[in-house]
Amino acid sequence: MSGPSTYQPQHKALQWIEQRLPVMNFVHSSFVAYPTPRNLNYWWTFGAILAMMLAVQIITGVVLAMHYTPHADLAFDSIEAIVRDVNYGWMMRNIHAAGASMFFIAVYVHMFRGLYYGSYKEPRELLWILGVIIYLLMMATGFMGYVLPWGQMSFWGATVITNLFSAIPLVGDSIVTLLWGGYSVGNPTLNRFFSLHYLLPFVIVGVVVLHIWAMHVTGQNNPTGVEPKTEKDTVPFTPYATLKDLVGMSAFLLFFSWFIFYMPNYLGEADNYIPANPGVTPPHIVPEWYYLPFYAILRAIPNKLLGVVAMFGAILVLLFLPWLDSCKVRSSRYRPLAKRFFWAFVAVCLLLGWLGAKPAEGVYTVMSQVLTACYFAYFLVVLPVLSRKEKTLPLPNSIADDVLASSSSKGKSLASVAVIAALAGTLVVGASQDAKASAGGNVPPSLEWSFAGPFGTFDRAQLQRGYKVYKEVCSACHSMKYVHYRNLTEPGGPGFTVEQAKAFAAEAAPIKDGPNDSGEMFDRPRRLADPFPSPYPNEAAARFSNGGAAPPDLSVITKARSYERGFPQFLIDLVTQFQEQGPNYVAGVLRGYEDTPPEGFVLPDGAYYNKYYPGHAIKMPQMLMDGVVTYDDGTPNTADQLAKDVTAFLMWAAEPHMEARKRLGLQVMIFLALLTGLLYFTKRRVWANAH
Amino acid sequence: MTTEVSTEPTRRDFLYIATGAVAAVGAAAVVWPLVSQMNPDASTIAAGAPIEVDLGPVAEGQEIKVFWRGKPIYIMHRSAQQIEEARTVSLSSLPDPQSDQDRTKEGHEQWLVVVGICTHLGCIPMARQGNYNGFFCPCHGSQYDSSGRIRQGPAPANLPVPPYQFVSASKIQIG
Repeated sequence: MSGPSTYQPQHKALQWIEQRLPVMNFVHSSFVAYPTPRNLNYWWTFGAILAMMLAVQIITGVVLAMHYTPHADLAFDSIEAIVRDVNYGWMMRNIHAAGASMFFIAVYVHMFRGLYYGSYKEPRELLWILGVIIYLLMMATGFMGYVLPWGQMSFWGATVITNLFSAIPLVGDSIVTLLWGGYSVGNPTLNRFFSLHYLLPFVIVGVVVLHIWAMHVTGQNNPTGVEPKTEKDTVPFTPYATLKDLVGMSAFLLFFSWFIFYMPNYLGEADNYIPANPGVTPPHIVPEWYYLPFYAILRAIPNKLLGVVAMFGAILVLLFLPWLDSCKVRSSRYRPLAKRFFWAFVAVCLLLGWLGAKPAEGVYTVMSQVLTACYFAYFLVVLPVLSRKEKTLPLPNSIADDVLASSSSKGKSLASVAVIAALAGTLVVGASQDAKASAGGNVPPSLEWSFAGPFGTFDRAQLQRGYKVYKEVCSACHSMKYVHYRNLTEPGGPGFTVEQAKAFAAEAAPIKDGPNDSGEMFDRPRRLADPFPSPYPNEAAARFSNGGAAPPDLSVITKARSYERGFPQFLIDLVTQFQEQGPNYVAGVLRGYEDTPPEGFVLPDGAYYNKYYPGHAIKMPQMLMDGVVTYDDGTPNTADQLAKDVTAFLMWAAEPHMEARKRLGLQVMIFLALLTGLLYFTKRRVWANAH
Repeated sequence: MTTEVSTEPTRRDFLYIATGAVAAVGAAAVVWPLVSQMNPDASTIAAGAPIEVDLGPVAEGQEIKVFWRGKPIYIMHRSAQQIEEARTVSLSSLPDPQSDQDRTKEGHEQWLVVVGICTHLGCIPMARQGNYNGFFCPCHGSQYDSSGRIRQGPAPANLPVPPYQFVSASKIQIG
């Protein structure tokens, strides 16, 4: 990649290596001496952040693959085993799952930055195209990774996305069969997706190398879009750009940690905590948030083939961007009209994303169609016309001139960002109010939980009471197959002693073991290592005994149930760390029975009316009445209290390491805040020489 | 680019050293969970709980192989001759001196309980084979006597005795 070596190491042994393989010269010229424009702002650090995220995803992915089982019957169980039993497994999984979202956040910032500053223009066309290829590969990798937990969203996401290819004329169905390896999405699909999910990140690494190589040939673009002319316009990559990148990376990690340690399920779907069921599609199926704008475009077109074409076209149009926008001025700073249209385009993308999460009906479809038209118009009409007609502002003579003159104009761009954000915000709020009104008022009340918030912990006595309620009432019909008796003694749990837990295990229904020496299966008492017993031998038996509705396993029920929070509540939740939809819903349903359904509601036979249950007709009768369980600690055993206690117990069962997660999170956040501060001041000190 | 001579080198150095040190601590802290996750997980540890083995069906001159923590455990019902051989050999002639009394439970001399993994490179020795009426490892020819002690071959140590106790006259608990 490089010509004759100009870098001469001092040490003899290093010289010997350098004469044969000039690797140090390569590193020195690419990452130390490499001249980088001196006016790069923090938006430019997202390249380094993306490199970091790719490394984070590969490392945590390799770790997860050590514990994951790619089999339709075992995948879901193995993920639960990872988050419950593997040392730091919960953290690895949270990093990897939230990391995918962070990767996309960073890549969208990176792409919009390129769009704003015209980084795709001559001579950087190939650099941009390589970036679009990386983005496509990321989407494929992210999609296949989302399938691996084999929950309901995994399964139905895989079904819907693979069916996109059936729209292709003539060969579509054959392609879908190839993707599935069967008559439908099943175990062969999961196996090949796992294989490809492991492969594609390394392909991404390869294209990233080309991307960086291309960037080193053309040099980086910069906020003025004026090429560096003299040495005054640039600074060496190390220490200047490296330190600035490190500040950006550290600050990004701080943001990332918020999700890893405090909001691990915020970016996911509750339905994915329900194991895949090929017989039932979730009522409201949505892809991961980073695909939503394209999902909205797909659904906007009322024709299968054209919808798919539009969706892929929306991404592929980016490949032609360098030629669609032929304006010689790169940066939108000097293109007043292009700048406004750019922000309008950002708003269009955000709104399309919001629409992608809404049901495809009524006003949403119309809005999606209008915005899809806007999306394509930006690339196919606005940019080509602007590049011919727009009167651009005068460019600075050089980067150095711009740096000297820039101190006065800083507030302006910030103000324009604020205006556009406010505009987009009000639009979305207005639209979401309509949506809320139609959704109806059956949201369970928000209860006070001891485990809520950044410092929340479980109330041991409450968990012990909750276990009693589960054991005496719920366990008659519901299994909890991921919870073992040994878990009852673990730190952060109900705090039972080993003797108590052993006694609970011994008095529970025996477990089938064997075969013994004579080849027969036998029953033996449960031990600490055994899971809670299941009341029915299999799902069919559970269904048969309960009027056709199998009582769900309760191990992760508080993570598998949720309700809509709506805009802007869901953004406020991000800051207040509200994530108790599951417990609120479970406690709500337990207490939401009404003897007489509202007028006009026809209750099917064998069902009961419940305010909070979707559809209101629940097969489970009301079980928690005042006094059905006797408490030993003097707590009043009202039905409300029983419901709250058992829900707290179920929350612990769904996330036994929650306390460890929040505790470690606080340490990590403090550490990263310190590191970011130190890096920032070091960066300032170093850059003081350059100004 | 201009280079200035800093007027306060100590303060600057302190900032650089502090930043570098904090970053190094962070990097080290990241390694910890990545290594720790490779240790046995909680279910594996829980499954390694003690097991009970009924010795009733094992007649003199027979042995059984049971698995505990994924390892084969030989439980050998020794004959009087085997016990005598194991107890009369002079300890100084052994590569890894240990008396048979130390390797069995008093009052249950006829029972030898050893981990059936060759201490050389982990193959499973065959019982009642070799020159010492004990175990012979087919991989590299190590020979163990009727007390499971190394007598000949490349293995450096005796077959280890797992922790176990008699819970009744004919039942042991391993672990």
